[in-house]
Formats: sequence, structure tokens, C-alpha cells
Amino acid sequence: MKVVRPYGDTMDDGKVQLSFTLPVPDGAKGREAARKLVLSWGFKDCEVVHSNPLSAEYSMYVAYGKTESSIDYDSVVADEASADASMDMDGVNEYIRQHIGRKVVIVGACTGFDAHTVGIDAIINMKGYNHHFGLERYPEMEAFNLGAQVPNERLIEYAIKVKADAILISQVVTQKDTHIHNMTEFIELLEAKGVRDKFILVAGGPRIGNKLAVELGFDVGFGRGAYANDVATYIVKKLAEKK
Amino acid sequence: MRNKLNLPADRVAYARSLAERITAPVQDFIDGHSSVTVERATLRLAGADGANSDGVPVPNLVVDRIRAADPTALEDGATLRYVNALVKTGGTVQALNDKIAAGFDVTSMSLGDRKAIEAKADELVAASLRRVKENRGFREGKLEEWKGRNNSPLLYLIVATGNIYEDVKQAAAAAEQGADVIAVIRTTAQSLLDYVPYGATTEGFGGTFATQENFRIMRAALDEVGEKQRRYIRLTNYASGLCMPEIAAMGAVERLDMMLNDSMYGILFRDINMYRTFVDQKFSRMINAYAGIIINTGEDNYLTTSDAFEKAYTVLASQFLNERFAFQAGLEARFQGLGHAFEMDPTIKNGFMYELAEAQMAREIFPEHPLKYMPPTKFMSGDIFKGVAMNTLFNFVSKATDQGIHLLGMLTEAIHTPFMMDRFLAVDNARYVMNYVDGFYDDIEFKQDGIVVGRAHQVLKETIDFMELVEKTGMFDAIEQGLFAEVKRPKDGGKGFEGLVKKGPAYYNPFESGLMRELGLKR
Repeated sequence: MKVVRPYGDTMDDGKVQLSFTLPVPDGAKGREAARKLVLSWGFKDCEVVHSNPLSAEYSMYVAYGKTESSIDYDSVVADEASADASMDMDGVNEYIRQHIGRKVVIVGACTGFDAHTVGIDAIINMKGYNHHFGLERYPEMEAFNLGAQVPNERLIEYAIKVKADAILISQVVTQKDTHIHNMTEFIELLEAKGVRDKFILVAGGPRIGNKLAVELGFDVGFGRGAYANDVATYIVKKLAEKK
Repeated sequence: MRNKLNLPADRVAYARSLAERITAPVQDFIDGHSSVTVERATLRLAGADGANSDGVPVPNLVVDRIRAADPTALEDGATLRYVNALVKTGGTVQALNDKIAAGFDVTSMSLGDRKAIEAKADELVAASLRRVKENRGFREGKLEEWKGRNNSPLLYLIVATGNIYEDVKQAAAAAEQGADVIAVIRTTAQSLLDYVPYGATTEGFGGTFATQENFRIMRAALDEVGEKQRRYIRLTNYASGLCMPEIAAMGAVERLDMMLNDSMYGILFRDINMYRTFVDQKFSRMINAYAGIIINTGEDNYLTTSDAFEKAYTVLASQFLNERFAFQAGLEARFQGLGHAFEMDPTIKNGFMYELAEAQMAREIFPEHPLKYMPPTKFMSGDIFKGVAMNTLFNFVSKATDQGIHLLGMLTEAIHTPFMMDRFLAVDNARYVMNYVDGFYDDIEFKQDGIVVGRAHQVLKETIDFMELVEKTGMFDAIEQGLFAEVKRPKDGGKGFEGLVKKGPAYYNPFESGLMRELGLKR
């Protein structure tokens, strides 16, 4: 068992920095309210180091608290499909040549009303993101990026047409759980057509973890910080496994 | 303005002549065409408003019924039928709108005396242009009255709750904190709706519906804060997507001050048909020009979808094209908020100097234009502390190159829609930096064989090479072949193609001709 607490400048000091807004005017009363609130969250001490008016009726606070809470680090299981040891682009291509022996076909889109292509572009487009080339650059893959606001129906038809091995769905907008409705509809459509098992289904987005994606019926979910090679590694290994 | 980069004036002039030649065939196409939304915008200017019980707006009901009755009838323009019905029923515009919403079909009435229709139409045109002109006068009066009280560059903040009443609270707080411009970002699906929803709305995804009532609500709220602050607070929305000219018309009537309005954004980034977009942008810009609305063009999108260092020339090329299209619509340089962005990879060595070079280059090539400078978004990672550092450098470049409109970067970009305090911290950062480097722009000069000057010359050269290729290829083919933004758009593909209308020999649009007359446009 390995017990850990937040580290400020001394082991186990439990120091946490906080900032938040309250819908009250700035002033001594607001600061005291902020301090009491922080204590009510279980912090043992709280120092409100800064406050500022945001308007006549709102104010912001910077506070430091000390927590006694801890966690047994050994007991933690990470919800991360993007294993720390993903293959790089060359590794993925070599893996495909050795274990699959043909081009792997990927179709991706930002579906529903979501107009934010930044996620799907980062994974599929040639350029990739942050020095990780996108799937279009992979010689052993054929990747199609259908862009934004693609209806689920059209994405599925396209995937069937090009005989895709995997379908990637990107969801950035999560207001009012719109991503959950959309992802659920996607799975239901696939099942209604009886083609769910033909594809490896990958969901991605800043607010989409593996746990949520799997719950909704996807094979895997990728959240913040995942790159094309993480997604590619998962797909090719799963594909080899399926064979 | 001093020329610090020593950019060759003849090359800049040559780039402008390329823009003129590239856009000429597009202008020819535009002249011969209208679209369903151009017709609806015209109807809106005439007074068509309201919606039926299914929420279908009156302008759509009119245009759809004209098309349904005779697929070629729109070639004569929708105004003819609407005004004919108005003359024949003899009532007010409001009464006619109510009738249409209840099911009345304007095509059910035979065309009456042409002279009477034209006289009535002239009356409507005069009334609507008067209202727009009064709005413009009001704005200019307030700007004069409170001269010097806005920040320079103008500090621009976005609200996006989905609920117009919640937006009002956020916007008022943002204005109190020091914002000069409030943009109400639109709900994510709206750009692809071929109608403008009606009434106040409280449900949106990632933004709030642009409706005329929402415009009115926000306008009133910002005017109220403005009076308190003694600072004119500009209101921004999006004349983009499938209803570009209609949103422009609504904005002109409700005194919006800025509109996101790009000549090619819809084609490249929303897959809207190219012909439709070109036709729509022209009419929308004519309305903006008459209303004194500053357009904000979308060049930042080239940098968020491609590499900002490698593709810097696509921004300058697009600025030249947007400028040319805007001039063709009668929009003066002082209303052209040409866009660009601080989007380079923060790990690039000397990235700051390249950003400085490009911002200064835009300033020198477009000296009268209120350049719209966009903050880092692509490399904002969730590390809010790094985000603050990046925004600080962005603020520095903006002030150091005298930009016109400064969209504030949020430390929580890429995490969630901004908290109220995120906006405050953004304003606070900008004001700190901009005061601290206030005289930098006037004081600083660049080494003529240095990194900054070299970068600007290189980008100008690449821009001209690219524009020569576009000219040779032809604009429509260039878009089809993916020369812009690395995306290929087929000529007859994309959304809204079916809404394009070829103008017939008897095409009648008194608003278009009225605006052309007022703006001094020959074509």
C-alpha cells in the first residue's frame, strides 16, 4: 500500500490551490463565505489569498486549502485505453504488414450537429497534431475523414461502402449530453442494420473516456491527449486479435 | 503609418491585382444569380417576419410557396409576389405576415398593376433603409459622444450559454469588466439551417440561436450597460452559413455592430456549395456596408486546420480575396475586420517573432482595416497556466502591432465554455499587457535583415506564388482541387446548391437596386 496526498512543498502537507466564483459582491463578507465554503468541503485550513469583483454581483477567489484525504496509489486502476506504450507510426505500419497483410481501412467523422473537426482532424488528417502524424500519412492504412456534421446514417453507409475495418466518431460538444444521445443513436443504427460486429468502433473527444465509450457500446474511447498512433495501435491490435 | 518591414509596394499592388483577376469570374457569376436566402433577406427588409405554428418563418413560407407553385417563378424575385399581395389586400405588412403564417399563399393572387407594386415597394425600401440609416447614425453618435473610452484594440468576448437570458447576464458582466465587443456565439447546428428560427430562444448547443428577437434582447441589454459605463458596447453575431444575407438584414435592423462574414468560410469549413456562398456573401456584405457593420473574416480557420507556420500565406491570400469581395459589395476598408490568428506551435523556436512579423505585415498591407486578431486555441492543452502565458504573448503581439479587434484568449480554452472569472482574467491580462507596452508600436523598429522582416517578405512571396496558381487554375477549380485549406469541394456539391436561383430577364429586387444606388455600386 502506497498512501499519497497532494504535495505542496513538504511530503504529505496536503496543500491544494483553488479558484472559483461566487454570485455575491466582493468584500470581507464574500471572502469569509469563500473560506467557510472551502472548509465545508473537508479542507482542514483555508486561506483566501485573493478576491476580486467580477461585476456588482459576482466575485472571484483564489484560496489554498489543506486536505488530510489520501489515496492508496497501488489500488488505482486507470481508465485509459491509450496505453502508455502505444506503437509509433512506423511500428503500426510494420505491425500491419506482419499481422494483417493488407491495408487497414478507417472512416472517421464528427457526427450529429457537432461542427468541431479539431479532434477528428488531429487523428486522421495527414498533418496530425503535435508531431504525431495523422492516419492519412500511414502507408498501410487508408483513412477517410468525412468532416463535420455528418449524419450517423451517412457515416455508416460510407463505412459499409469502403469496407471499413474501424469507424471513428469524434464528439466535442457535450452540452446537455448531446454527445451521449448521438453516440447511442449511432450504436442503435448499427445494430438495427445488423452490422455492429463488422467494425471496430472508436469514440473520441475531450470529454470522452474509455469507460463512457464502452458503456455506450463502443469498443474503446479516447480522451484528451490521445494521438493518431494511440488510436492506430488499438485498432491494429484489435484487428489482429479478431482474425 | 510607418513602414517598418520595407515590404515592396509594387508586390503588394500586384497581389491586389491578382485578387481582382481571381474574383472577376466569380463576380460575373454572382451578378447573374440570387438564392433562396437572398430572396428571404429581401423579404425581411420589406417587413416579412413571424412564423407559422410549426415554426416555419414567414420569409420561408413565401419563398417556398412561390417555388412550389412554379419552379421558375423565383427568377423574377420573391418581392414581386409579396408586395403584390400587400397591395391587393390593402392592409399592413403585419397583417399580411399574420395571414401568410395562417396559411395564405401569396401566389394565389394574380399579379396586379406593376406601377402600383413598384410604388409600394419603393415605399418599403425607403422605410427600411431609413431605419438602417438611423441605426447607423445612433451608433456613430454614441461612438462620438464616448470617444476614447473604448480599449484599443477593441476587447472582444464571447458568450455562449444557449439561453439568451443567461447570455444577457454573462454579457453584461463581461462589458462591466471592460469588454468592448460581445459576440453571441451561435448554436452549433445553425450554420446549416436554411431558415432563421423565430423568437427568443433558451435552448442551444454550444451557443445560442441567432434570431431577430434574441438580437433585440441582447442589444437592449448592452445599450443599458453602455450607458452606465459610458462606453459603446458593440454586438456581434454570425452572418455566415446558409442564411448569410438574412442574418445581415436582421442585424442591420436591430443595430448589430459586427458580423462574422467570410467569402469562403462556408464552402471550405462547412461544406456549403461554392456558388451559393459567393452569391450569398455579396448581398450580405451590401447590407453590412450600408448598415456600417464591421465584418470579421475567418482566416483564423486556415491556421487551426493546417499548420500555422507553413500555411501563413493562405491567410494573406484569403485576406486579399476577402478585401476584393468586400470592395465589390461596397464595404469600405474601415469596415473590413480581416482575420488572422496567433496559432503557431508554441515549441517553435522564435515563434513569437514569426507571429509578430505576420501581425505587423497584416497591419502594413491593410492599414485602414480594423484587423481581427484571434487568440491561440489549437495548442491550448488544458494546462491553464501555460495558457495564461500564451495569451499574454498574444496580447503583447496584438498591442505591439496595433491590431483593431482583439478576441480575448481564455485560459480554459479546450476545456469548457468560459467561466465568468475566465473572462475577467482575460480582460485583466490584456489590460495589463496593453497598458504596459502602450508605446511599443510607435517606438520599435526592426532590423532590416533580421528574422521579423525576413519572415514577412517570405510570407508575401509565398502568398503571391499561391495566388498566381489560383489565378491560373481559376477560383472555382482551385476550390474543387483543394488548393484552399487542403479541402476539396466539388462545384455542384455541398449544402444549399438547390437554393441557388438564376436571375431571369425580369428579375425584380428593389432592395438590391436601392442598396446599389446608395452604395454607388455599378454591378
